[in-house]
Amino acid sequence: MAEELKVIVFTLAHEEYGIEVDKVRTIERMVPITRVPKTPAFVKGVINLRGIVIPVIDLRGRFGLAETEITENSRIIIVAANDLEVGFIVDSANDVMDVMSDAIENPPEVLGGIKAKYISGVAKIGDSRLLILLNLVEVLSRNEIIQLEQFGE
Amino acid sequence: MEMNQYMSIFIDESNDHLQSLNENMLRLEQQPEDIGIVQIIFRSAHTLKGMSATMGFEDLAALTHEMENVLDLVRNSKLSMNGQIFDTLFKCLDALEAMVQDIINGGTGKGDVADLVERLKAIVKGDVNGSGVVKATVPAAGLSASLVLDQYQLSILSQSLESGHNAYYIEVKVREDCLLKAARAYMVFDVLERNGEVVKAYPSVQEIEQEQFDRSFSVYYITQAEEGLLRDQISRVSEIESAILNAVDRASLEELGRSQGEAEKAVEAAIKESAATVAISTPPPVSLVSAADSNATRPAATNAGNAAPRTIRVDIERLDSLMNLFSELLIDRVRLEQLASEVRRNDLTETVEHMARVSADLQNIVLKLRMVPVESVFNRFPRMVRDLAKSLDKKVDLVIVGAETELDRTVIDEIGDPLVHLIRNAVDHGIESITERVKLGKPEVGTVHLRAFHSGNHVFIEIEEDGKGINRPKVLETAIKRGVITDEEAKNLTDDEVNMLIFAAGFSTADKVSDISGRGVGLDVVKSKISSLGGHVAVHSTLGAGTKFSIQLPLTLSIIAAMLIKLGSEKYAFPLSSIVETGSVKRSEIRTLHGNRIIDYRQSIIPVVSLAALVQSPDYRDDEEAETEMLVVRKGDKLAAILVDEFIGQSEIVLKPLGKYLAGSLDVVSGATILGDGQVALIVDPNALIK
Repeated sequence: MAEELKVIVFTLAHEEYGIEVDKVRTIERMVPITRVPKTPAFVKGVINLRGIVIPVIDLRGRFGLAETEITENSRIIIVAANDLEVGFIVDSANDVMDVMSDAIENPPEVLGGIKAKYISGVAKIGDSRLLILLNLVEVLSRNEIIQLEQFGE
Repeated sequence: MEMNQYMSIFIDESNDHLQSLNENMLRLEQQPEDIGIVQIIFRSAHTLKGMSATMGFEDLAALTHEMENVLDLVRNSKLSMNGQIFDTLFKCLDALEAMVQDIINGGTGKGDVADLVERLKAIVKGDVNGSGVVKATVPAAGLSASLVLDQYQLSILSQSLESGHNAYYIEVKVREDCLLKAARAYMVFDVLERNGEVVKAYPSVQEIEQEQFDRSFSVYYITQAEEGLLRDQISRVSEIESAILNAVDRASLEELGRSQGEAEKAVEAAIKESAATVAISTPPPVSLVSAADSNATRPAATNAGNAAPRTIRVDIERLDSLMNLFSELLIDRVRLEQLASEVRRNDLTETVEHMARVSADLQNIVLKLRMVPVESVFNRFPRMVRDLAKSLDKKVDLVIVGAETELDRTVIDEIGDPLVHLIRNAVDHGIESITERVKLGKPEVGTVHLRAFHSGNHVFIEIEEDGKGINRPKVLETAIKRGVITDEEAKNLTDDEVNMLIFAAGFSTADKVSDISGRGVGLDVVKSKISSLGGHVAVHSTLGAGTKFSIQLPLTLSIIAAMLIKLGSEKYAFPLSSIVETGSVKRSEIRTLHGNRIIDYRQSIIPVVSLAALVQSPDYRDDEEAETEMLVVRKGDKLAAILVDEFIGQSEIVLKPLGKYLAGSLDVVSGATILGDGQVALIVDPNALIK
């Protein structure tokens, strides 16, 4: 029996991505971000989310895609995983979708230029839509931040 | 019975009692003759026993029970305290503490107490290393506490002994399957009455007649008959299992007289104890003196009401959430103040000003709620120093001053370990051995002073001993050997700088490694811990006269006064506590020395740090300006000038963590705060600016 999975759908460089709904705290419009010095370029800084200071990263930068200007549609998705709370800047976020677990396939090696380890699967929706499901544990892994810091030094 | 709801009370109370046990044991060790202290200890142990038994922690109860037995002998002057007993009792306290700790951590509170219980039992039996400390043991006849003679009965016994009668203590046991106990007992009494006189019976004759006894009863008996004859006659009564006759002589009679007095004292103590127990709503266990039971309850009711508590216990989480809510309010207040100054309406401004005053008072109270006397950390040290001194064969006095000084709870939680380190260090490395001290003409007993006091926005904790002091050449030699500094550097160091070397990682001057300190991992940990709390540590030492460690700590870690500054489009906050002065400096006054930028500041030369360069400011560079604002900050006795763009002003800010994701990757920034306009500003760690 296939299970139903609720995901938040967002776009990044014209691709559609999904994050399981229970990992998402809120979705916010862009707010002023305070830059934090000596962090990797994709760490945009910190924001004030109703009294709590939360780090924000640009998901394009995180995946090695070209970063673009912030637009009207840009959103910050606050996710919570690995005991961390982090905001993701995405191009737009506007949908919640049910995905059947039997429609999810293992990711191909490279997808839209993103390393496979950041992806937990690809869901086929209808005939032509593909939804890339993120592996949050890897995306939020701090190992790369630490490596980047060492590289920077 | 559902116990969970009592668990936290049990834990709190047991900790209190353990603490009081520890403290009073230490006091008793100083004044072993003071029976008043023994009484206090006894009461604590007794309450603890009752509580643990009620909660079902049997090992705890068993151990405290045995301790109580020993203490009981002591307070009745049957046993005098000696080193052996102290050590055993302290070991018991350790075991109790371990068990309570286990309970706190969700364990079952089980512990292997058999060994300790045995040792305590041996003490009670008077078997203290065969030294026979016990002044008098209970007569071998095993006179039970249940059979207490009053003065009148005692005098009858002694008079009849004088007139040549025999006195016996007789214990009669009826058979288990005996159907008519009262009848059999009556027959025994009949035999006895025919030959002599029963002075006292337990249970009382009436009770025996009404069959209100278990299987045995005992009597004091005066007779002229032979012991053998008596025994023979009693055992002829059927269904009697045994009759034990013990002759009572003059010596044991005196003993009885004494235990008589004790029994009264015990009743008194039991009354007080039950008063204490009533107050914490744990029913007292069956009292130690059965005769006291009926009397104990009545006065307890009258005693219980006299000490209404002035404090309440509050869950720490509630305080934390109160603090968080208040921080939110503070942020809104700053925002309101800003809005009011923009709107410029008098009544609005007045209201906001009033609110600001109220919230300032509120802030004081909220912060005070979180303040805890440093006593809660200090109170474990007397015991620690005692044990240490003992194991090192030294004599050390610990003098604590200012234990009532209050510190934020967060600081209190963290400061314990560093202090333990420093005190161990003082006793182990600082204070000399007794022979050495005598040779140097110093008093045999070394002194360690532990002081805490307020000064400005800081709390100082000092640890000072009158030991050997820091040996400069030895420190330098080790530092060079360990590669902490080079030969060249060593020559130019001041005494205080040399002293600070002992805080360097991997440094230890102890010639031999002891299990107390001297692994060389201690002091650098101490230093980093203290700096992580926003404080710092300094050392002053005089060779041969002693060393003083002085720790400076911030009063609180959650709300601080800060100077807000602007750097192009960005805002940063500096903790006010580290700022010495604000001012401005002309481009031309900044000189270069060995590639480092410096300025003259009040007859000394201090380094210049560009904040813009340090944080890689995207839109501000200080080298484009002819005159720059500067902050002079201090770390210990080092100063540095920080170049900034513009001062915004002083403000109370609420410290917020930056989030785990960024934790550990920052050195310049120590945290964040939310400004009145809702934006996040980063807090600069001045300690990171001064190398």
